Amino acid sequence: MPMAAGVRTGACSPNTEGDSSPTRTGGATTAAHARDPNMRLRNTSIDGSDGSQLFDDTSGATPASQMGYKNQQAGPESAAYPGQSLLSDPMSNLAMAYGSSLASQGKEMMDKNLDRFIPISKLKYYFAVDTVYVGKKLGLLVFPYMHQNWEVNYQQDTPVAPRFDVNAPDLYIPTMGFITYILVAGLALGTQNRFSPELLGVQASSAFVWLIMEVLAVLLSLYLVTVNTDLTTIDLLAFSGYKYVGMIVGVVSGLLFGKPAYYLSLLWCCAAIFIFMIRTLRLKLLSESAAEGRLVRGARNQLRMYLTMSIAAAQPIFMYWLTCHLIR
Amino acid sequence: MLMAFTLYSLIQTAILCTNAIAVLHEERFLSKIGCGVDQAVGGFGDDPGVKAQILNLIRSVRTVMRVPLIIVNSVSIVLLLLFG
Repeated sequence: MPMAAGVRTGACSPNTEGDSSPTRTGGATTAAHARDPNMRLRNTSIDGSDGSQLFDDTSGATPASQMGYKNQQAGPESAAYPGQSLLSDPMSNLAMAYGSSLASQGKEMMDKNLDRFIPISKLKYYFAVDTVYVGKKLGLLVFPYMHQNWEVNYQQDTPVAPRFDVNAPDLYIPTMGFITYILVAGLALGTQNRFSPELLGVQASSAFVWLIMEVLAVLLSLYLVTVNTDLTTIDLLAFSGYKYVGMIVGVVSGLLFGKPAYYLSLLWCCAAIFIFMIRTLRLKLLSESAAEGRLVRGARNQLRMYLTMSIAAAQPIFMYWLTCHLIR
Repeated sequence: MLMAFTLYSLIQTAILCTNAIAVLHEERFLSKIGCGVDQAVGGFGDDPGVKAQILNLIRSVRTVMRVPLIIVNSVSIVLLLLFG
């Protein structure tokens, strides 16, 4: 049996097409050759659907084409490779094929169930950005005074992807900003000899908890004021995450140029994010006429105005609170 | 200066706040404030107002979270006893 298996390995050494040859040798039992075509077909279909092989075959034997597989009389040239003996065992090949099909089934099921809890398709919209958008948005976050038109373009009831509209919220900048903030915080602590690896985790979880609390507070206040808005939770998460850009600018300039530079740049970024939030939220929270700047009387509109102001004012407070301990 | 928040402390905060809302007594407290079960809060106009929304929120939290809170509290008591 080992000899025949060795013959099989010789005939089916790794080819350059990316198919894993050991599964090909799985078809090669010493049993009746009549079974082999069926086995081969089944294995090829599994290989084709996998796309990428499960592991790299680095045995380095001469690449043989698919024609070589049919030649069952090839010499036992690679029978000596030690790793092949386990892989050419027919039972383990069967098990591998079965295991890979099970893995793909499990992945399908997990994808289907995960979509129920975390809306993956909706999340994809927020990450559809490109370099031009990111550049423009960063400029807008630091200098929002020249921008005229703050409305989000719609396309048949769904907002346009951020790639095409600089006013649309995205999640790429907040995510990257959060990670960069943690790295910069580690850097700042390191320059003051206060760094330890656990502190990075503490910083990360603290900032994350503050973010969650802020989003929950905004959601609660939106519910209490009964604003009919199309702001989703992920939108609020995106807006709350934009302040990390200002925080990073402040901390980096504080590291480079000292404390006065930190305070100056933080003041500039706080004002910028304040104006940015007010101009963005004004269109979403306030009623039509109030959003255009006319003074509309009424308790409800006043309440909405206060709400917009307080959400915007909370950003500079958090920016200062989360960075002041980094610069001493 | 920066409190060492963890996600676990967030969960603890949520549990404590929900407990606080759930233990408000009907007769002694809520009726005096104006949130009793017999007092109709259902204003179907388009402007429920902040107070009505708060009352709605409190009542719905109490209705929905009573039983899960029992379970969650028991679990956290057991975990605190075992692991400190």
